[in-house]
Amino acid sequence: MTSRDAILGRINTTLNRASEKSARQQAVKARLSKHPKGTIPARARLDKKAQLKLFCDQAEKVQTSIRRVKSYNGVPKAIADYLRDHNLPAGFCMGEDERLQNLPWEKARALEIKTGPSDGEDAVGVSHAFGGIAETGTLLLVSGKDNPTTINFLPETHVVVVRSRDIDGDYESLWSRLRKEYGTGKLPRTVNWITGPSRSGDIQQTILLGAHGPRSLHVIVVDA
Amino acid sequence: MTNIITTRDFKSNAKEALANKTLQKALTHVEAGFIGKRRLAMEALPEFDQLRDNARDIKNHTLANLDAYLEEYEEKVVASGGKVHWAADGEEACNQILDICRNVGARTVTKGKSMIAEEIGINDFLEKNDIEPVETDLGEYIIQLRGETPSHIIAPAVHVLKEQVEEDFRRVHDHLPVSRNLEEPESLLDEARKVLRAKFLNADVGITGANFLIAETGTSVIVTNEGNGDLTQIVPKVHIVLASIEKVTPTLDDVSQILRVLARSATGQEISVYTTFSTGPKRQGDVDGPEEYHVIILDNGRSNMIGSEFQDMLRCIRCGSCMNHCPVYHAVGGHAYGWVYPGPMGAVLTPSLMGVKDGGQLPNASTFCGRCEAVCPMRIPLPKMMRHWREREFEKHLNPASQRWGLNFWAFFAKRPRLYHLATSLGIPLLSLFGRRKGYFKYLPLASGWTKYRDLPAPETRTFQQQWAQREALKQGGAK
Repeated sequence: MTSRDAILGRINTTLNRASEKSARQQAVKARLSKHPKGTIPARARLDKKAQLKLFCDQAEKVQTSIRRVKSYNGVPKAIADYLRDHNLPAGFCMGEDERLQNLPWEKARALEIKTGPSDGEDAVGVSHAFGGIAETGTLLLVSGKDNPTTINFLPETHVVVVRSRDIDGDYESLWSRLRKEYGTGKLPRTVNWITGPSRSGDIQQTILLGAHGPRSLHVIVVDA
Repeated sequence: MTNIITTRDFKSNAKEALANKTLQKALTHVEAGFIGKRRLAMEALPEFDQLRDNARDIKNHTLANLDAYLEEYEEKVVASGGKVHWAADGEEACNQILDICRNVGARTVTKGKSMIAEEIGINDFLEKNDIEPVETDLGEYIIQLRGETPSHIIAPAVHVLKEQVEEDFRRVHDHLPVSRNLEEPESLLDEARKVLRAKFLNADVGITGANFLIAETGTSVIVTNEGNGDLTQIVPKVHIVLASIEKVTPTLDDVSQILRVLARSATGQEISVYTTFSTGPKRQGDVDGPEEYHVIILDNGRSNMIGSEFQDMLRCIRCGSCMNHCPVYHAVGGHAYGWVYPGPMGAVLTPSLMGVKDGGQLPNASTFCGRCEAVCPMRIPLPKMMRHWREREFEKHLNPASQRWGLNFWAFFAKRPRLYHLATSLGIPLLSLFGRRKGYFKYLPLASGWTKYRDLPAPETRTFQQQWAQREALKQGGAK
């Protein structure tokens, strides 16, 4: 007998004392297809404008910096400003996301842009988020050639662009959007929730920023 | 590093821990670092207790349908291109990991923090087979350098002072200038970051644990603050997930309910910095990510807990809140517990996994103050289960003769109330008489276990029952 059969067999024998296998299978199918929401904290149930404010407040509480711009056309300058203000090199890597690739980069000061995943040599990475979660100031990013996951973790500085309309109150709203986009029961290879820059409390329980991931996380919210 | 199991020596371990000044200094960080932060996070979320109920119910529902959920989960992993391996015990899991590593000719393996990895002793096993395991969580890295096991499930190096970390780094990172300054924790973190960055980029295989396995999508979830788990699973060409059967959770929404109580209970954060959902290997068109994705589903004794009085323990999400609030853990730290899981959750889980003969000492390490159950986000009745283990230990005649004799002696009186009252009504005034001058005892025959570490207060003049009777009589008199 394989270990699979032995393990499942043991569980099966015990559970059969209380219920039939077919009833259990039905219960499972029902929950997976209905995916009930549970309790959504009151703080997340807000109108769009209040959600955006809560997102920014919560993100700043965990050392994310935020800049708001009126349109996508303002993104290149916002990034160039950030790099200059923080004495960072005038260049970065990013994926093939058209919302980023098609921006008027030439209008900002000369920025050297590398397209593709990060190999660990890039000081700065730029990504476009799938959405944001106001409840905890969390960004949600999905993997793929548009926004390779290595960019979220290898560069010391991570700049994330997010549309204001993609910011929802709670995690559950974004799961619904992902189900619509990728099909039920399916997800992209990696979904990252990111809430602030990397940190560790492993030396004497003192929190220090910049453990293995980015030391800084800068979010540009586009009013779109 | 060799993991020697010393669960049977809890008493002597605890004695050593109490006398260890460095450890006692380090342990002050547990109370200071965790308790207040958890309370603040809890108070900032009015729905916290409701979410605890939901989290408990979700896990109970999952455990009641566990076989069906595991099958659904497996189907979804396979559909997304991943591979599932079932391991009955640690040895089987170790061999499965070794096979995967050998298949790709792996020499170096990076590791995210995983308690299951500690449980099965994968580091030792890989080393013996000429594969270098590199712990990448800062705390795990520190204890790997020291050749130790974790002393806390979420803060593995909580027993280590920063001066000790400096010593270890100077000893191991001997390619760096001796004159460098490592006094501040920042410089230590910076050095670890640089050293480990090279390891991340050169690893052939990455092993992570899983906080959850999601049946709806065949996804594994890790929760970290450092980002080390993500670099472990995104850079190498193979990602191995090591998880136990009870990690399966129905849906993305269910996981989100539990995540709302996890970080708050663990570190007092509203949510950890990185919560990462991984499904299968890299897809067509992806420019990064692992080419192979394996999940090892480990049993190692857990399926026997289903349907037993210890089933509730399988709800545990390893937040560490029970040990953060445990007066015994505060006093002796995690190593005294002698294996992988310390504190109240360890006291219940350890005998469940290794048997009461080896693990039965641990459930005795409790004052039954109940704080662990009060703070548990999954509402696990830890004291009740520790009591079950004590009963089993007694039934199996595993505790020492003196203890059994003492319990029998007490039981003889407790079962005979009149005799009990007679004995106490004679004994208590006697103790009161002898202790009257100082108000406490520095020494008492048969009670040196207590009086060696603290004074025993002398009792009031009479027993509680006598005082109560007198009080009631006075009340009656006053009413007349």
